[in-house]
Amino acid sequence: MDFAASLHLILPEEILSIAALVLLLVSAWAGDKASRAISVAACVALGAAFALVAPSVCGGASGPDTLAFGGQFAADAFAGMAKLMIFAAAGASLVIAPAFFERFRAMRAEYPVLVLLAVIGMCIMVSARDLITLYIGLELNSLAAYVLASFLRTDDRSAEAGLKYFVLGALASGILLFGMSLTYGFSGTTGFEGIHAALTGPMQTGALFGVIFVLASLAFKISAVPFHMWTPDVYEGAPTPVTTFFASAPKVAAMALTARVTLDAFGAQAEAWRQIVIFAALASIVVGALGAIGQSNIKRLLAYSSINNVGFILIGLAAGTQAGASAMLVYLAIYVAMTIGGFVSVLMLKDEAGEPVEAIADLAGLSRTRPALALCLAMVMFSLAGIPPLFGFWGKFVVFQAAVNAGFVPLAAIGIAASVIGAFYYIKIVKVMYFDEPADKVRGASDGAHWALLIISAVVISPLGYILTPWLGALADKAAAALFLGG
Amino acid sequence: MIGIEHYVTVSSILFVLGVLGIFLNRKNVIVILMAIELILLAVNINLVAFSAFLHDLTGQIFAMFVLTVAAGEAAIGLAILVIYFRGRGTIAVDDVNRMKG
Repeated sequence: MDFAASLHLILPEEILSIAALVLLLVSAWAGDKASRAISVAACVALGAAFALVAPSVCGGASGPDTLAFGGQFAADAFAGMAKLMIFAAAGASLVIAPAFFERFRAMRAEYPVLVLLAVIGMCIMVSARDLITLYIGLELNSLAAYVLASFLRTDDRSAEAGLKYFVLGALASGILLFGMSLTYGFSGTTGFEGIHAALTGPMQTGALFGVIFVLASLAFKISAVPFHMWTPDVYEGAPTPVTTFFASAPKVAAMALTARVTLDAFGAQAEAWRQIVIFAALASIVVGALGAIGQSNIKRLLAYSSINNVGFILIGLAAGTQAGASAMLVYLAIYVAMTIGGFVSVLMLKDEAGEPVEAIADLAGLSRTRPALALCLAMVMFSLAGIPPLFGFWGKFVVFQAAVNAGFVPLAAIGIAASVIGAFYYIKIVKVMYFDEPADKVRGASDGAHWALLIISAVVISPLGYILTPWLGALADKAAAALFLGG
Repeated sequence: MIGIEHYVTVSSILFVLGVLGIFLNRKNVIVILMAIELILLAVNINLVAFSAFLHDLTGQIFAMFVLTVAAGEAAIGLAILVIYFRGRGTIAVDDVNRMKG
């Protein structure tokens, strides 16, 4: 494969990179008053990249034709499907940002640029087929994310969230690198294909440590237990549009990356990583459900809910089959819709002065003061709990089905039991909104863009979403097949 | 004769020291930044040692990437630390506790 063909394969990433650099210059030149125009331009760039990636997903691109730069980068259907979700989530976090930041006079022109840079990093992560490519993509995403977390510079909590995210994120990259250096040393190569071929048969201790370190740091990036401690603090402290972004796009990227690393690079050592993944899955479901019960801040509660959801996604990965990978992608797509719906509702909770309302107690009686908003939030909560008429149920169903078909019946049984605990706190919020005496705190007017996004995500997670299932399932099946063919 | 196992031992010790430096340090955040650098340098020793041992250049190229990214990471870490200090007037690790639960 020659160089020109490689450049053609990474066209979406090139468009995003050029857009990010040009917009960075524009923002340096025109200043903060151009931030709305820059946001629109960034959305257009994301849309262009979306349109370029979409055909490869619908066509189920796989095989050697999708490999760029000597097999270091795969533009296959699996990466493509993850990229589509990333673009959609990033676009949403750009659309909701101006209304939020303008209240603090903090809408800066760098925000869309940083989001674009993080998106490029995530595109590289999901396409990486080499440890070096993986590392560069992960760091490009993380470095932009640290800055985004502390974006509200005058707010103590935002700066603290950025600091915590940076310190723990840097530790996780250090652990990842140490694992990658051991993997390189014991397999003699950094390419996933080479590692797969070298790590067959009984594993040496050093190589096993490499696998454990790499998985530990990936667990940090997807915020799976036992490396989840940063999630509630960062989600609470970061500005809400940034939290929306963190909870959706990087989760998709890191999950897709974890799937490619485990199923492709460490594919011959399934027994070694499966027990780690099963432990992380069950621990995430249980800790996510129990940790959320005592929370009084809705952003922290949604953070624990995202830890809980990661557990269910990992069950699909633990199955280690093509159906499991496909179920994982379906769950991720539904999860992104639920997350955006949930955090946009949180964004719309404002008091008379326009200050954000985050305490769960202040939501009391929301159904009487703001019925439409309360209905959407209740739908998100029921969907996150996996209660049947809503679309969230379908994600859990396909994941458990994949686990049962792969012979992991106890895993699925424990997961279903733990999801009942999770339902408790989701339904508690619905109870506060519908049956408590109105606190009448939420009074602020809502932005039109917020309503539009909330209605879109509410329609997707409503029972109407089931119209999408055949189409979504077919796309995910093709994507998972591309992953298993290994290019 | 110094073999590959000696290099891996040294780098493992440095790595553990770096991780302990992050968790045991109760004084200030600058020490954490230094501990992170220590971890990355431990990784570089590993990569270069394996590269020489395997007669394969990839490891050394990887080490160059790690050095570059580490520089960027330290710059962003210090920048976040500056805005944190502006708001709170302290960089003591024990005071990083506005959010709990």
